[in-house]
Parts: sequence; structure tokens; C-alpha cells
Amino acid sequence: MRYSGFRVIAEALTGHKGWKPVWRDPAPQAEYDYIIVGGGGHGLATAYYLAKEFKQARIAVLEKGYLGGGNVGRNTTIIRSNYLLDGNEPFYEFSLKLWEGLEQDFNYNAMVSQRGIINLIHTDAQRDAFTRRGNGMILNGADAELLNRDQVRAMYPFLNFDNARFPIKGALMQRRGGTVRHDAVAWGYARGADMRGVDLIQNCEVTGMRIENGRIRGVETSRGFIGAKKVGVAVAGSSSKVMAHAGMRLPIESHVLQAFVSEGLKPFIAGVMTFGAGHFYVSQSDKGGLVFGGDIDGYNSYAQRGNLPVIEDVAEGGMALMPAIGRARLLRTWGGIMDMSMDGSPIIDKTHVEGLYFNGGWCYGGFKATPASGWCFAHLLAKDEPHKTATAYRFDRFLKGLMIDEKGQGAQPNLH
Amino acid sequence: MIINHPILGPRDAQEFVYLGDANLINRPDGMTAGIEVFHDYLYNRDNPAGEHRELWYHEQGDRSWLVVTRNTVTHEILKVEMARDVAKAQGRSK
Ligand SMILES: Cc1cc2nc3c(=O)[nH]c(=O)nc-3n(C[C@H](O)[C@H](O)[C@H](O)COP(=O)(O)OP(=O)(O)OC[C@H]3O[C@@H](n4cnc5c(N)ncnc54)[C@H](O)[C@@H]3O)c2cc1C
Repeated sequence: MRYSGFRVIAEALTGHKGWKPVWRDPAPQAEYDYIIVGGGGHGLATAYYLAKEFKQARIAVLEKGYLGGGNVGRNTTIIRSNYLLDGNEPFYEFSLKLWEGLEQDFNYNAMVSQRGIINLIHTDAQRDAFTRRGNGMILNGADAELLNRDQVRAMYPFLNFDNARFPIKGALMQRRGGTVRHDAVAWGYARGADMRGVDLIQNCEVTGMRIENGRIRGVETSRGFIGAKKVGVAVAGSSSKVMAHAGMRLPIESHVLQAFVSEGLKPFIAGVMTFGAGHFYVSQSDKGGLVFGGDIDGYNSYAQRGNLPVIEDVAEGGMALMPAIGRARLLRTWGGIMDMSMDGSPIIDKTHVEGLYFNGGWCYGGFKATPASGWCFAHLLAKDEPHKTATAYRFDRFLKGLMIDEKGQGAQPNLH
Repeated sequence: MIINHPILGPRDAQEFVYLGDANLINRPDGMTAGIEVFHDYLYNRDNPAGEHRELWYHEQGDRSWLVVTRNTVTHEILKVEMARDVAKAQGRSK
């Protein structure tokens, strides 16, 4: 069923009796050409682009819980392409371009809202660094603007501009950045994949891999063995667990990241904002809640919930930036498990097992990457060679000294 | 999380800095180990869901390194040892 304005009106006039379930609930078949493990944003996008752009093949997505129950439904919904390094920026700009056409492409309202993102500048050194980053973005075809203090003040007059320690001196702005309704991204890709014949199999946990003579034959699951010619794994925070079934140790640690939503307030933050002196970022949802977050908790965790010290730290960052939120109450907090890689950048690569591919290491920035990650992973699965924007996302970059370390922090995942 | 320091007693985890897997104690010998061994030491991790032995540094306390055994699924802390004792038990001189 195609969605459109006419459809909504027609349904309204006929008592909404024509809406159908958005995707099927098929039982697993004995064998597929492609199995994607993980029904998060990346897994669903991979299946969608594989079915749409690359091959008419038998494709299944195996999800241990329900579709979109992982990080794709837990993140703070920010999209942007404001990276510095050559290995990253073309990929993220490709992703932003895909976001811009996504809703027409998969015929689903994902509420893509290019409301603009600003990274605040507090020191001269930071201005130099952001100028360099902005130039890097422009060189890669993205948009970037350096704002002075008055321009920032015109947008957000209530910020604490004259804080003695962290005065606001300007900002790096990307107008094409913004937010997207995260659940709708999972649902839109799921529906699009299902319409193209992909089997979306929920409550189906991968518990092992059948590997013979160095080749993948299929996966053991909680619903029995399922054969496959090729298997692509995109399980975010569970990457190490799943790839251990193929005997692999990954350059990844799992860490918990928390997010926060305040009670609904009148609109006063039009775009997305990041505090450059601490780790705090915020946007306002269409319902009025402030959606914000900060650092990861900083210790290995698979718990999907964090601890209080980080909540205090994030609240302090928010108060330093905008004292006006001091009376707002926090409605909800939650956590998701991040696949923190050793250099803060992702991996989309083959493995030592023929027919087994890996997509992970997204840290806390993988939502914005969803369309390009799906596209590039589908490209790799179908053609056995990396997409031109994802050639740097290799496992062996650590061995060869070709790290993509945006923050320059070294092999210390909890600092990225 | 409360870490029961072997010398100082229960301390808030906030006083500590986290480094990661306690296997980092076993740095390969730079004169003999090859590049692959060092690569594995530096970049690859077991990253288990469940019991994890890990290094915490008591920066805002006595500046000792501890090996904390913690469950990464529940955050429960099961055992706390001085990293020095662990290293010595593994045959290191200090
Ligand atoms: C609080 C928070 C805020 C964030 N904010 C942002 C942001 O503002 N911008 C941004 O770009 N990114 C953000 N991120 C990061 C982003 O959400 C993730 O990088 C991205 O969603 C990960 O990819 P995914 O959607 O495929 O993951 P997931 O949705 O986690 O998908 C992985 C799926 O694999 C399934 N799975 C795991 N093990 C198995 C198994 N054995 N068998 C079968 N299935 C399995 C899981 O159940 C899960 O559904 C944030 C994350 C969090 C937690």
C-alpha cells in the first residue's frame, strides 16, 4: 500500500478500515542468499538497499527482539555531516544526501527535519579547529558556515554568553544538519524491505555460525538452523558477542550511553546545539521536550542503563550553557549499548570467513550513518568490494596504522 | 557503583578513572613480540557480556591501580584486588 495525502483523506472518510499491517511476519525459510543479522537501522537499511538497488535475491533480516528495539529506537536523532577526516567526511556527506531524498524514496514519513546544527566555540584554538573542520566539510561537498557571537546571539539569546570560564565566541554551523524521527527510520526501511520481498524475522536470536572449510554455511538461531550463502552482521552493541561465534576478537568495547528528555516546554530551541566546553548537546522535539545527552558512562557495559554520576554531569553541562533550563523537570532517561571502536570510527568489511561480513563500531554516532551504512554494506555484500565512500572502514587499518581518529585520542574507546 | 577498595574500603566509582580489560597488564615484550602480537594487545578485546576483569585507577584517592571483577550485564562488582598483587602473582617483578 502506498502512502499519500489522498490515502489519509480516503481512510478518514471510510472509518480507517483500509489500513493493513505494515509488514508480514514470515516463518524462516530453510535457506537464503543473504542473511542480515540485526534488525536495527543499519540491518534494515542494508536489506532495503540490497533488495532495491543491488539484487533480486532471497534476503532475510534476523532480529533477536523486535524491529527497532535497539539503538535505532534509543538515540537522540541527530543527523549531520560535519566530520574532518578524509576517511569519514565523504561517507557522512553521502549519508546526509540520502537522508534528503529518503522519505520520497521509501514512501514513509520519517520527519527528516533539516533544522540546522551549531557547534559552539569558546576559545580561539577551538575557532581555528572548527574553521579547519568547516573547510574540510566544504572540500567534500558539504555545507559549513562560521558564525560570530552576534549571529549566535540572534538565534539563541538565552545562552550564557559571558560565562567566565566558557564564554561563547561563535559557532560552526551546518544548516543541512538536523533531526529525524528515529523509530520511523526503522519502520520505513522495514516496510520498504518487506514490500520488496525481504523476510523480516523477529524473536530470532543468532546463537552460532556454521562455518565449513573457511566458508559460511548459515547461522544457528533460537528458531533453528538457517542456511545462507552470505551473512552480514550489523548488531551494534552486540558485535563482539556475535562475531565471537566466528572466532573473532574485535577492536570494539561495548559501553552504555544515556539520553534524556525533559517535560514539554514551549518552542525555544529551533535547531540542534552542542556545547563545546563540556560534552552536552540538545535539541527540542516537536512535542516540546528537550532531548539531550552527553558522555558515555565510561566502563564496559551491556546493561542498557547507566548510572547517576553521568546524569549529574550532563545536567551540569546543560546548566552551564543555558541556565534557563534549571526549573525544567526531567521526564525520562534511558541507555543504549554502543559499539565503541578503538579509533572512534566504524568498520564495514569482509572477514577471514568467506561469505561473512561485518558492519559495526558506530560508537554513539551511527544513527546519522544509517542510510549510507545500509547502502555501503549492501554494496559490499552484493559486489564483494567496498563502496567508494567506505574504503577506509577496514579491519586492518589498526594493523597498518591507518586509524581514522577524529578526536586524536588513541586506542581508548571510552574517550572517543 | 561502589568499589570496595582493598585498603580504603568502599569508595564511589566516580573517584576512579577506567582503563579497560585487565589483560592490558600483560604487555608483550617489545624486543621479541611481533607486530601482530602488539596489534592484538593494543586494539582487540574480548569485550564479554558477563564477568569482566578490568583496570580502575584511584585518581582521586590513593592513586593505586585496582583489578575489579565486575559483571557487565548487571554492573555488580564481584571482586576487587590490587593490580600490583595480580601482576606479581602472574610473575611480574612489580
Ligand atoms: C542514547 C543514545 C543516543 C544516540 N544519539 C545519536 C545521535 O544523536 N546521532 C547519531 O548519529 N547516533 C546516535 N546514537 C548512535 C546510534 O543510535 C547507533 O550508532 C545506531 O543506531 C547503531 O546501529 P543500529 O541502528 O543498526 O543498531 P541497533 O538498533 O542497536 O540494532 C542492532 C540490532 O541487533 C540485534 N541483535 C543483537 N544481537 C543479536 C543476535 N545475536 N541475533 C539477532 N539480532 C541481534 C539487536 O536486538 C538490535 O535490534 C545514539 C545512541 C544512543 C544509545
